[in-house]
Amino acid sequence: MNSKISRRRFLKTGTKCAAVSLTVPVFLQSQVKGVLAVPENKNMTLQDYYNHFGIDESLINEIISTALSQGGDYCDVFFQHSMSNYIGLEDNSVNRAFTNIDLGVGIRVLKGDQTGYSFTEELTPEAMNLAAKTAANIARSPKQIEPVEFKLHKIPEYYPIETLWENVSIDKKIPLLQAINDKVFAKDSRIIKSNIYFSNDSSYNLIATSEGKVVFDYQPLTLMGVSCTAEQNGRREQNGFNLSGRYGIEYYTPDKIELLANEAVTRTVDLFKAVKPEAGEMEVVLAAGGSGILLHEAIGHGMEADFNRKEISIFSDKINKPVAENFVSIIDDGTNPNMRGSINIDDEANDSQKTFLVENGILKSYLHDRISAAYYKVEPTGSGRRESFRFAPMPRMRNTYMLPGPHTKEEIIKSVKKGLYTKSFTNGQVFIGAGDFTFYVKSGYLIENGELTKPVKDVNIIGNGPEVLKNIVMVADDFEMDQGSWVCGKNGQSVPVSLGLPTVKVSKITVGGVNS
Amino acid sequence: MSKNDRLELAQWAITRALKLGADQAAVSISNQRDVEVEFRDNKPEKLKESTQNSLSLKIYTDQKYSYHSTNDMGKESLEKFIKEAIVSTTYLTKDEYRSLPDPKYYPENLNIELDILDKSYQQIDTKERVKLAAEIEKAALNISDKIISATASYSDTHFHLVRVHSNGFSAGIEGTSFGAGVEVTVKDPDGGRPADWSWAVTRFFNELPNAEFLAKKAVGGALAKIGQDKIESGKYTMIVENRAASRLISLLTGPMTARALQQKSSYLEGKQGQQIASEKLTLIDDPFIKRGLGSRLFDSEGLAVKRRVLIEKGVLKEYLLDDYYGKKLGLEPNSGSTSNIIFDNGSGTMEDMIKDVEKGILINNFIGGNSNSTTGDFSFGIVGQFISDGQIVKPVNEMNISGNSEEFWHKLLKLGNDPYPYSSTRVPSLLFNDIQFSGI
Repeated sequence: MNSKISRRRFLKTGTKCAAVSLTVPVFLQSQVKGVLAVPENKNMTLQDYYNHFGIDESLINEIISTALSQGGDYCDVFFQHSMSNYIGLEDNSVNRAFTNIDLGVGIRVLKGDQTGYSFTEELTPEAMNLAAKTAANIARSPKQIEPVEFKLHKIPEYYPIETLWENVSIDKKIPLLQAINDKVFAKDSRIIKSNIYFSNDSSYNLIATSEGKVVFDYQPLTLMGVSCTAEQNGRREQNGFNLSGRYGIEYYTPDKIELLANEAVTRTVDLFKAVKPEAGEMEVVLAAGGSGILLHEAIGHGMEADFNRKEISIFSDKINKPVAENFVSIIDDGTNPNMRGSINIDDEANDSQKTFLVENGILKSYLHDRISAAYYKVEPTGSGRRESFRFAPMPRMRNTYMLPGPHTKEEIIKSVKKGLYTKSFTNGQVFIGAGDFTFYVKSGYLIENGELTKPVKDVNIIGNGPEVLKNIVMVADDFEMDQGSWVCGKNGQSVPVSLGLPTVKVSKITVGGVNS
Repeated sequence: MSKNDRLELAQWAITRALKLGADQAAVSISNQRDVEVEFRDNKPEKLKESTQNSLSLKIYTDQKYSYHSTNDMGKESLEKFIKEAIVSTTYLTKDEYRSLPDPKYYPENLNIELDILDKSYQQIDTKERVKLAAEIEKAALNISDKIISATASYSDTHFHLVRVHSNGFSAGIEGTSFGAGVEVTVKDPDGGRPADWSWAVTRFFNELPNAEFLAKKAVGGALAKIGQDKIESGKYTMIVENRAASRLISLLTGPMTARALQQKSSYLEGKQGQQIASEKLTLIDDPFIKRGLGSRLFDSEGLAVKRRVLIEKGVLKEYLLDDYYGKKLGLEPNSGSTSNIIFDNGSGTMEDMIKDVEKGILINNFIGGNSNSTTGDFSFGIVGQFISDGQIVKPVNEMNISGNSEEFWHKLLKLGNDPYPYSSTRVPSLLFNDIQFSGI
């Protein structure tokens, strides 16, 4: 608990991702309570999920009725069974593997905007009723609850994959890492170390609510990353590259393997030429793709409705007001095919959607969960997400990006006399009340007289959210979604997200550099 | 499950793993109970109570290694889990350095009293927890009418962990921790809504500071930020408040690990015995502090821990060597992680330091930023106060500091007498000269 705030809104990529897990395919079976029926992809029925968790509708009704017995307004139960597998290559061999298996149910009771929460890892009626009793205590006026009839809520499929990760054995994965490692060393003789890490996660979720809604979803997620160290004349540099999304093993085509090796090596050896930019305010051009971290920090967090309900966001009084030039439209979207932040359904059983935060320069909508939507008397935006069954949901981003604009990348770069072009990033943070936000530039270039010149590295950029939105003066037509493994942290919960941007010019922002 | 049941289950899992084909195995089983309260607008905003369990298993077979964890503790599930863990391990590449530590590195004395368990924990009920949070919110709201929102929090944790290795290690650790604080947002007439927080964490319930203390710190901090703005880029004297300074300490401890050294991603490689910081800096890892948040008798590999002077008057004395990467480097392990970090503290307060500064910036919070352990480069965002002629003049924000650890630590001129008590890194306020700030 070193710093409450700095633990909070911290976005970082998987280049430093803590290892979670390995495996052989059979792992799933060992942990299942009931009869496992996941032989083929996507063909599981609601009954299969009930069997999987060893529950039925009368037991769910019993838990909900215990949870609402003290007078709560609403209850949801979130069953989850998740598996993570990780393998790592270091010093030329795949010599480590980690697996994690997690099973449990979270029980939430709402009384107005008050939340009671508990979870249990034991899916027995006794343990679940005990947890329900604990969550019930947010309310204090006992009442009887009638059982509800559950109706399956059908959802779309935003992350189709060919083969379930549970059916992909470790020997199919290991050669991918070895192939990348061989390429990394073949590409540049300055490379002295290569670390390659791979993970796949699967989560089987079942949500049932006291309003009779029941929904299930299978959420896959995979990540492959490369980190390398190079040496030149006694100097060393380190950098990396990773790809991630809600994909199956088929995602890792020979092209992707080549891209991973190539980007990791190029981004590392380029740092030998890198300089530090001058300190202070300057024009900054954000490259298409990963620069979307600007949106995540400058506006995304500030638009999460829980902060606005409490009036602690700098955007609290700006709905329907102009916040940017009319060619700026910013979206938070859970429906993009196979992206890290995509969700078929949110974690409180509300439909995923594409939400305009800013449309043609006007601030349109916050990101809502059930509590804030009720407070503002609007429909939820499908933004209620949670890290796992251990946590209550809250408004979160999914994939945050800006639509293409009227300019071109070439004209944008040409328009800058002296500035910075930022290309790759590691992390960012925001103080949502003051609006200060940062993002850390791992690599980029100086722009001098309309041209990219020397590479730069390791500089932090800091600005004020609403100011920077106003200062977006050009937006190009070259929109790109980033495929990196972004993780968003808020109030101690991490969720996968993605982001994207066309090439964008900000007229003035502070760059951490050195005095000339 | 009782404490003894956990130990027996761990021993059972070890026996099964060896029987099913592992050469060596290590098992740890943990149990943790958490209660959290958030209080806002005169009512509980959130009440959360939970208990969680986890079993983790390290398998060593034929010089191959893998690590597995699960929260399903039934013996039937575990039997299958262990079997599959061993099968999956055979797919990996042999690694001659993979084995449990030599038992000579395990602790001899497991009876040293760390005093990290508050037995009064069992007597605290949820009403009392809510009352504490309510008091903190009230105390905060009483201080200023500029407050837009105050969310008070209280939480506590009880944990028990057992660790058993197949080559002779078996131990347990049990402890408690208690946290309380408040996050406060105030209205800035210029449109901003600056916030600040206070958060205290202790091993004993009765050591938590009172509501007024926590409220004053958070509200005072938020009010002090009204009117904040960036100032001109340049080199300034820098004071870092104790609660923020642990961020800087990680610039040193990250590159000291055996993994960073072996993977050639440490700017401290080859620097043992050399002056890497100003002689003001003495940094000690002390696992035996009574009631310390990082106190322990063994680490996650089962290695015995000891008091280590890592940096003495600026000279790098020891690296942080875990067993695996230590073996790879051909060095004896001494534990790859730190416990409580303490310093040779100075004699003056942070206020005394401020008085002597002609032109400088006091940093209250870092925001974002990152560092490169291979080269020592770093750059962080900051929030703080501008100091002129020994006085705090105005709040600053939207600025960065940048530097390189190789030079940066030589610029440390003073340490305060105020080690931060609510962290395992008990760092005092620090004063550096000539630090690069970027603003306008």
